[in-house]
Amino acid sequence: MRRWAILAGFLVVTGCLFLAGARMRPFGAPRYDLMDRYFNAWSQTEAATNNVVTAIVFDYRGYDTLGEATVLFTAVVGVALILRKVKR
Amino acid sequence: MIGNTPFVACMVLVLLGLWALLFRRNLIKVVIGLKIIENGVNLYLVATGYVHKGVVPIYTYAPRDAAMVLPTPQALTLTSIVIGLATTALMLAFVVVIHRHKKTLDGRKATELSG
Amino acid sequence: MSVVVRTIARMLVPVVLIFGAYVILHGHLTPGGGFQGGAVAASAVALLLVAFGTESVKGLKAPFSVLEDLGGVAFVLLGLLGIGYTFFFNVLAGSGGLFGSPSPLGPNEGVLNTGGTLPLMNWAVGLKVLGGLGAVLVLFGLFGGDDDR
Repeated sequence: MRRWAILAGFLVVTGCLFLAGARMRPFGAPRYDLMDRYFNAWSQTEAATNNVVTAIVFDYRGYDTLGEATVLFTAVVGVALILRKVKR
Repeated sequence: MIGNTPFVACMVLVLLGLWALLFRRNLIKVVIGLKIIENGVNLYLVATGYVHKGVVPIYTYAPRDAAMVLPTPQALTLTSIVIGLATTALMLAFVVVIHRHKKTLDGRKATELSG
Repeated sequence: MSVVVRTIARMLVPVVLIFGAYVILHGHLTPGGGFQGGAVAASAVALLLVAFGTESVKGLKAPFSVLEDLGGVAFVLLGLLGIGYTFFFNVLAGSGGLFGSPSPLGPNEGVLNTGGTLPLMNWAVGLKVLGGLGAVLVLFGLFGGDDDR
């Protein structure tokens, strides 16, 4: 009985995802790109680098990289706490 | 609908991972299902930034007068991949401890919270 | 593992480490950067673990932990360099000091001396990722067995 309920829910999610995928904006024509055009045009003058993606990750949006470094550190500490030798 | 094939392919990846997450009993297969969902979501993020006939947004040896793709979804996907790695490492550590204490990898037998 | 695997692994580990350092160093000119280069360099540790067993990574838990801490502290200190304007301001870009020459506009060959604080941040994040992934791999190799004593 429970398996049929889970299967019905899975089919509803399938229908929703296919509808969302088919009715999106056409592939290759994004609409809201004013910020990215600014990044492409002014990245060599302000950040003095050729790689626009690295300039975004470290210079224009450096706070996200700080949060991600914290998450990586927390994961390593968590694994070190779980896998350890128990002294009996 | 034919022009949106990359988006539909990402949805197929998410659905395959969701099926492995719901209908499989082995804990390692559940972890693999979660990784497939995360890969589908990252691919969808990068695919939203494509401009027709665009090149990589890097000015080193770039061809002249070419439109560049949007760089912001690629920067967000970098962060998302590293966070997925952290989640997977913690999940696999939990699977190792469950196998060590209960001597089984069945998800339906490890149902008590303590002991 | 057999003799063939051990010989090839012994030859390939320095090559993989140098390729990871190359991807980190040229992060502001070519596709790559801190996170990608750190992940490439951590696959050398995985190659060591698979080819030689757990005996070869016994003494490596403390060095990876120190490397990760140094990378994290260096990243925050580099962010505090431009505290006169905001946090994470690129003060070294185009100012003539270390990594300070301005970049030529338009498509060009890459000049290594550009970038400001970006190459230094690439090194800090690359060392942090190498230390973190190496520590996770060493912990799974040493303590992931079937007994907890």
